[in-house]
Amino acid sequence: MSAVDTLGQQPPLVGTAERRRRAGGLRGLPLQAKLGAGILAVLFLAGLLAPLIAPYGQNELDFTHVYNSPSLSHLMGTDGTGRDVFSRTLYALRLDLLIVVLVTYVPLPIGVLVGAVAGYFGGAFDAIISRITDTMIAFPFIVLVIAVISIVGPGVKGVLIGVPIVAWALYARLARSEMLVLREQPFMLATSALGYSRRRAILRHAVPNLMRSSLIYSTLDMVVNILLLASLAYLGLGAQPPNAELGSIIADGQSTLLTAWWVATLPGLVVVLFGVGAGLLGDGLSDGQLRGRLQ
Amino acid sequence: MLSYVIRRVALAVVVLFGLLVATFFIIHLVPGDPVRIVLAGRANPAEIARVRHQLALDRPIWDQFTLYISRTLQGHFGTSFTLDAPAGQIIGQRVGPSAALIGYGMLLSLLIGVPLAIVAALRPNGWLDNAIRVGTTLTFAMPLFWLGLMLALIFGLELRWFPVAGYSGGIGGILRTLTLPALALGLALTTVVVRTLRSSLLEVLQSEYIEAARSRGLSELRVVGKHALRNSFMSTLTILSINIGFLIGGTVVLEQVFQIPGVGSLLVDAVEKRDYQLVQALALLAGAAVVLASLAADIIQAFLDPRVRLAGR
Repeated sequence: MSAVDTLGQQPPLVGTAERRRRAGGLRGLPLQAKLGAGILAVLFLAGLLAPLIAPYGQNELDFTHVYNSPSLSHLMGTDGTGRDVFSRTLYALRLDLLIVVLVTYVPLPIGVLVGAVAGYFGGAFDAIISRITDTMIAFPFIVLVIAVISIVGPGVKGVLIGVPIVAWALYARLARSEMLVLREQPFMLATSALGYSRRRAILRHAVPNLMRSSLIYSTLDMVVNILLLASLAYLGLGAQPPNAELGSIIADGQSTLLTAWWVATLPGLVVVLFGVGAGLLGDGLSDGQLRGRLQ
Repeated sequence: MLSYVIRRVALAVVVLFGLLVATFFIIHLVPGDPVRIVLAGRANPAEIARVRHQLALDRPIWDQFTLYISRTLQGHFGTSFTLDAPAGQIIGQRVGPSAALIGYGMLLSLLIGVPLAIVAALRPNGWLDNAIRVGTTLTFAMPLFWLGLMLALIFGLELRWFPVAGYSGGIGGILRTLTLPALALGLALTTVVVRTLRSSLLEVLQSEYIEAARSRGLSELRVVGKHALRNSFMSTLTILSINIGFLIGGTVVLEQVFQIPGVGSLLVDAVEKRDYQLVQALALLAGAAVVLASLAADIIQAFLDPRVRLAGR
């Protein structure tokens, strides 16, 4: 869409966002977005309430019930030391969801702000920021995060530092490309006509509009991040024992894949469920528009 | 054509330089001390000073930076402490299996993804299209290593068609040892191939030459599968080049699942032993591979499609 063509003909973006909001939160969303939001709500609730609903302790050993297959008393069976896989999965989900939210929503405002400033001013600053984002995006994501972890050391701290260092770049790129369109909109032109400071124009008038698409994209980013976390934990670079992540439970089950398939299989299904939920929500919210713009 | 290629190469060189800067600063700005990592606890002051000098960490940061750049440009990618050999040489010995896995995975994703995209585009929102969408939504949400484990469980342990660990070279060896990991990698990539190719096909199907092909009485399968597909080739090439980074990341995890001695398992070993110069070299080469692959894809595209190379004029 060309910004110049729409000058004065289309209501400003704030109006659209406002109308959607007034249309009534979840009710205005397509069915698949509601379904996705429902799945995510159940998972977040399960993680939040893990200490209350987990039937056993996270590391409660029971050598009389080793490698029990799934049953009513052990919904996901038990592992080689008699620990209840369902309880472990709940606690792992709790930890993973906390990390996912942090590594998704801490870099988001940073990236949006950097992208907004780059897009607003253009010129040399924009060129430098664009090359930096190009560079960050050029690295295979997991390889760069692993490189950071090699210095910080394995564990949740390494993940919490490593992922945001890389993840802001995508939001910066998204916000920058939107800012290029936005800065030609009548209401943004008005900010300079009214003599507002550039800081006020960017922070109060541009950023709230840029947040919308970044927030939509963030639901898909959560899928990317939970898969990344699971991979890092599988490789032994995530939370260290006695704490478990979904990926490390799966790794524990790998050696007994044939005799005790449930240890590796069932926690993996929880990751898939989260990914499907966030994917449905993201696709429903974006109507498939965002994906193309990011590439 | 030439001016487009020159501009594109110049951009790639800038990003490659950015990779150098990034790999340097990861070591120096992220909290953590390289010397303590190398010495791993054996910290007496004299030893620390010696290693610090050996790694040139006692010099001003600007000197260290120029030293790192000039060394790397001369082809010295640092030294692995644990394996006591140049990092470049070690990586060279391990790159084969990983490259084979990525190539095989790409091939499988095309073999699976292209027919599915055609079927989906033939009847948009028909039941097959919806079934394919459900399938790709599921594979999009699967952890790659878990998908690998499930394939290993079904086709390796239960059916015993393929081994679940190890690697051997040659066409026969690759087909035997890499089929399962490549299938996992390929299925994950298939999601993107199907989604992008489907929407590209649907877009091309609106054009007039497709209308002309239809009015000549060609069957719909022939219209979509031959005439439309040829014009969607570009978007397929772009998908593959954009996802090189994803594929490299995928091999890191899958090599661990299937115990393949490639650069991915080298990276994981290096992190566990905290061999940071080897990690640095691997990150740099992985980034460079992505930049060079997308450069190659863009140049091929410009060569085949005049609209691309003339767009910037």
